[in-house]
Amino acid sequence: MAFWIASSPHNHNQTETSALMRLVIYALFPGIYAQWYFFGWGNIIHIALAITTALLCEFFALSLRSNSKKINKQLFDGSAILTAILIGICLPAVAPWWISVIGAAFAILVVKQLYGGLGHNPFNPAMAAYVMLLISFPVQMTSWQPPLHLMNIDLNFTNTLTTIFTGFTNEGYSVEQLRTSIDGFTMATPLDTLKTNLNLGFTTLEIIQNNLFSNTIGPSLGFAFGWEWVNIAFLIGGLILIAKKAVAWQTPISFLVSLFICSFIAYSLSPDTSASPLLHWTTGGCMLGAFFILTDPVSGATSVKGRLIMGALAGLLVYLIRTFGGYPDGIAFAVLLCNMTAPLIDQYTRPRTYGHDIDSNKG
Amino acid sequence: MNTSENNVNEAPQLSENNIELEQQLAEKTLAQKALKAEYKELAIQGLWKNNPGIVQLLGLCPLLAVTATITNALGLGLATLLVLVASNATVSAIRHWVPKEIRIPIFVLIIASFVTCVQLLMNAYTYGIYQSLGIFLPLIVTNCAIIGRAEAYASKNPVKQASFDGLMMGLGFALVLILLGAIREILGQGTLFDGAHLLFGDWAGVLRIEVVKLDSQFLLAILPPGAFIAMGFIIALKNSIDTYIKQRQPKKEKATIERVRVNFDS
Repeated sequence: MAFWIASSPHNHNQTETSALMRLVIYALFPGIYAQWYFFGWGNIIHIALAITTALLCEFFALSLRSNSKKINKQLFDGSAILTAILIGICLPAVAPWWISVIGAAFAILVVKQLYGGLGHNPFNPAMAAYVMLLISFPVQMTSWQPPLHLMNIDLNFTNTLTTIFTGFTNEGYSVEQLRTSIDGFTMATPLDTLKTNLNLGFTTLEIIQNNLFSNTIGPSLGFAFGWEWVNIAFLIGGLILIAKKAVAWQTPISFLVSLFICSFIAYSLSPDTSASPLLHWTTGGCMLGAFFILTDPVSGATSVKGRLIMGALAGLLVYLIRTFGGYPDGIAFAVLLCNMTAPLIDQYTRPRTYGHDIDSNKG
Repeated sequence: MNTSENNVNEAPQLSENNIELEQQLAEKTLAQKALKAEYKELAIQGLWKNNPGIVQLLGLCPLLAVTATITNALGLGLATLLVLVASNATVSAIRHWVPKEIRIPIFVLIIASFVTCVQLLMNAYTYGIYQSLGIFLPLIVTNCAIIGRAEAYASKNPVKQASFDGLMMGLGFALVLILLGAIREILGQGTLFDGAHLLFGDWAGVLRIEVVKLDSQFLLAILPPGAFIAMGFIIALKNSIDTYIKQRQPKKEKATIERVRVNFDS
């Protein structure tokens, strides 16, 4: 009788890439729903456009690799779809259609497939594409519309669709007019407004009287209207991911704590010229970045200590870019910079091999 | 009688002379063939196999910085070409009198004086291009492709070959610049030869072609990162063409040596 000896690991976790990706996509739904509720159909249309482009590009790149049997499985493993969804979420809702097409194609072809495909890309494809779009098309990429409830033009599904494809609504309003409030001022994102007005010499307290900041929770708390619910929805999705152990808790927690500490120090030193930590948490792409982008297993750090360091570094960078940088939000830039440091961080935080000293590990 | 004797005596001399002449002719044709082959090799090396832009990767700084439009690329390419030919010829002409120990400073001096000439000429006749090239025109001095050719080829070979080598290397570099400039200009602004009148005079304004009408500029193509990405694609294309050519060539069969194993045990 043969005695069958198997080497470890003995207990296999039967999860596939596609199952993990599907879970992450489901966890994005609350956030997408909140975005739809406050900003209309634009992001969903962009997500659809980006998914179509991403799948086409992925199919093209995979067929060049000429392993035709595996194409179907790799094409629908969910990674390209997830990248496309993330791009669609990040874009301004009324950006023209070619923005999401160029972004998705760049993310899949250049950032992902040119480096060797799934698992080999040094940068997060969605964020690299976002940064490419932001520096290439600054006008289109900063034409954020205000939340629907503050707009004086009814932006329904068909209006959004025609705006994305032609630049004008059915009634002939341009994107610029969509962004204009009743008083004739162009409305920007809360972070943008905060930055511009701080430069003009207003205090934070005066700035949050703006109706962009008055919100459904209460007018004086200083949250950004609409954005706070979007961020809370992404937080809920992220907590589900952590509960399901799909992502490690270290990165998002250390990122949020680091951002909180940085902004808290500034806020307690000079409350007039800096945003409150809670405003930092609930505007821009904070929660999306913390739970869905920094936790990317391919481009992030892998060890426990490394994840803590990378999250903290990202929090610091986001705070610095938001406060001193040229762009109002800095999640994408911070993520790319952290992706660059990830291999080095991993090098120095390599865990001790069982049975070896740390010193002998080096040799 | 005398004449006939003379004739008899002269005949072998004539034939000897003929043989010498024939030998000389044969040597000459051989030398010409060798020279032709060398020129051909120089052209292939400069334009394709050892292209300073996409194979040696020398002079990347101006290559990436000023190729936002074809006109700029052409201006810099021509300037570099001129400097390269002139410096190669000069270095080669004085190669017997240059002490080995101080050859590098001498090469740099020669290159710098030619760059100054070209810079002053462009300042005088093509002021627009002179301004848009900016610091990258005097920086041709530090272009490694030029001093590399002076050191590697011109200082060891006669003037003709050295100047031809300079011409081919300069052409290769200029072609890469123009290709990169064309790609970036089409992607960035949707035009070709925008601002050509700065380089060639007012008549060249008609050269401007509007390839596509873009609503907004694609800034990435105009900024240096876009140049890096486009450069990567060009190098990849060149390498893939090379592998394609290699595959097309008939494979040489390796001579296999069959050995008989002698095993005493069995």
